[in-house]
Amino acid sequence: MSAEIIRARSPWSWLVWVAIAAVGAVALAVVALQRGETVNALWIVTAAVAVYLIAFRFYAQFVERRVLGVEPARVTPAYRHNDGLDYVPTNKYVLFGHHFAAIAGAGPLVGPVLAAQMGYLPGTLWLLAGVVFAGAVQDFVILFASTRRDGRSLGDMIKTELGPVAGVVASFGILMIMIILLAVLALIVVKALAGSPWGTFTVFATIPIAFLMGIYGRFLRPGRIGEMSLIGIVLLVASIVWGRDVAHSATLAPMFTFKGETLALLLIGYGFVASVLPVWLLLAPRDYLSTFLKIGTIAGLALGIVFVRPELHMPAVTKFVDGTGPVFSGDLFPFLFITIACGAISGFHALISSGTTPKMVENENQLRLIGYGAMLMESFVGIMAMVAASVLDPGVYFAMNTAPAILGTTAQTAAAAIANFGFVVTPDTLTQMAQQVGEATILSRAGGAPTLAVGMAQILSAVIGGQAMMAFWYHFAILFEALFILTTVDAGTRVARFMIQDLVGTAVPAFKQTKSWGANLIATAVAVAAWGWFLYQGVVDPLGGINTLWPLFGIANQMLAAIALAFATVMLFKMKRQAFSWVTLLPLGWLTICTLLAGWQKLFDARPAVGFLAQADRFARAAAEGKLLAPAKSMEQMGRVILNNRLDAGLTALFMAVVVLMLVFGVKAAFAALKSDGVTTREVGDDVPNLRPEAA
Amino acid sequence: MTCRICGLKLPDGGAFLGRVAETARLMVGVPDYDAYVAHRRVTHPDEPVMTQAEFFRDRQDRRYGGGPNGAFRCC
Repeated sequence: MSAEIIRARSPWSWLVWVAIAAVGAVALAVVALQRGETVNALWIVTAAVAVYLIAFRFYAQFVERRVLGVEPARVTPAYRHNDGLDYVPTNKYVLFGHHFAAIAGAGPLVGPVLAAQMGYLPGTLWLLAGVVFAGAVQDFVILFASTRRDGRSLGDMIKTELGPVAGVVASFGILMIMIILLAVLALIVVKALAGSPWGTFTVFATIPIAFLMGIYGRFLRPGRIGEMSLIGIVLLVASIVWGRDVAHSATLAPMFTFKGETLALLLIGYGFVASVLPVWLLLAPRDYLSTFLKIGTIAGLALGIVFVRPELHMPAVTKFVDGTGPVFSGDLFPFLFITIACGAISGFHALISSGTTPKMVENENQLRLIGYGAMLMESFVGIMAMVAASVLDPGVYFAMNTAPAILGTTAQTAAAAIANFGFVVTPDTLTQMAQQVGEATILSRAGGAPTLAVGMAQILSAVIGGQAMMAFWYHFAILFEALFILTTVDAGTRVARFMIQDLVGTAVPAFKQTKSWGANLIATAVAVAAWGWFLYQGVVDPLGGINTLWPLFGIANQMLAAIALAFATVMLFKMKRQAFSWVTLLPLGWLTICTLLAGWQKLFDARPAVGFLAQADRFARAAAEGKLLAPAKSMEQMGRVILNNRLDAGLTALFMAVVVLMLVFGVKAAFAALKSDGVTTREVGDDVPNLRPEAA
Repeated sequence: MTCRICGLKLPDGGAFLGRVAETARLMVGVPDYDAYVAHRRVTHPDEPVMTQAEFFRDRQDRRYGGGPNGAFRCC
């Protein structure tokens, strides 16, 4: 009997799939139709898993066999260029782990938490539909394309298939997104640590811990990743425990209590120093910590949700679908899709899928598991973040995510403001929650990380430690997020530096010298200054920063996905598989509509909370009358708000221009491919040896 | 070893743990050292092979040292 289950077309197999579909349909119905009563998180998890299984078995297989025409007999780059280092044939499950660890970051955890302001239902539905038809398809197709081209990068592939100008436009777009991403991630850390000595102490402690690990792994026991990581994790936990005493100490607490502005400046300085230090000292060891901690925490959260089976207190749909919500501004369409970002589709994965993974694939028939499968898992992380945000009392959720301009600064004013939103929360609940997680206040801690941390603390403390451990779990969650965000800031600054050197190098060849200290330092300073500018503006932003920067990041990320899907569509046309090009055109069309519409509204919407230009005008009008608008406290600050909003508007226009340009290049290339009689795609890459990536 | 309920082939305990360790190392950019040595022995028998420590440093520099394929991850 067992063998039949594995073979696809046996009656047993169909029975199993019908059962999965039925369970999934029931779970989805419960999630979508329950009104007035709380829904158990397990229903969402069940619905999600059923959707993933069915999508992986049927739609992904259709993409694999009919759309892409995967050929198991073809030799992959891992064998053709096997060097035991970059190109290594690797077991598919091992490679799945590698690929998942590379795509999973802060994005899928933050986006859904912010999207929860419209209720858990709209976000959950997009996380599921988006991953099946857009995100996982993109990752899979790009991984396939790169595997057929010796593991070349997305930018490289665009250059050969769409032309050199398209390649430069794409590289420029990628650099701009990096800058915004680094700024918004750094802002999340600032928002989580401002006024929190406990959190700040533990995050600071990661630096000496990483140094210790780095020295251990470099000189004492070279290459013992397991040992050094274990040492690091033990010390991290110790720092969380000791952090409580630091927060309660009259002498130590003030040393680790900072305002947002100070933290932003510290982070900017840190970013510069960290990205010029030797990699083995800080970046590498902290990357080990953050990677293992991330995988462990995701697994722990999944177990916690299944074990605790929490009820969701957030309504399925809130009144904020009309676009008046305090967490992010703008209507459900298109801004929900922009906000969720990475858990449904992330353009960044196109960079990872054309990075190290394609150089290690054993066989083309494993691409579905690695490309499509790992993205399903990422979406599941997004679902868990949505659950963690929705188990909170909605009043607490909104108190944590609303700007102080609306809430005021005391629990009383906050509770009154929340009542205006239509949710009931007592001032006592707010102060009590702050006490439980060991913070002075939980008001206006936007950015997703603290909200997620409180949600996770509720779930995890129900498994281990009860209420006494809640503060520990809260700071554990904050540390875990800050840790991998800082790793990204550090690594991302280095990558941005290389991109700047590469782009400037096309004009000034001397600048390309990555061994030159002068060029390195200048390019690093430019990179840090660019994201630092947006970070600082986010900290002093009247709407609280995240409200302004996260949509900008979402637009940029979806724009990158649109670039990747445009390339994928052209590739299908060139392969003479245009009959199936709807598979990539469908998500491409949707993303184009969402990005351009969201971009347009960010530019020209008359509501100051939505439109950058309207906000700039509002401040300019007040300034002309000599009035000050909160949070500006001087005319100089008024001027800065006006400038920042105009700058954001310019950046949005730039992103939109990149999308439109890439679409034009794509349409041209697709029509050229239609006119040709034969297959025009340039696979394998052995034909173009000068374009091969530099193998070690 | 096969699973008694589903009939699927299962890896034995030691091999399974080995795979887990291999996955964890590759997650941070260090591929299998034994596979590297085996590969060098077959393809370049007369050339020197990096020691485990050298191999680790080489991979660390490769992953974090530069180029757009660095350890950058996002979301």
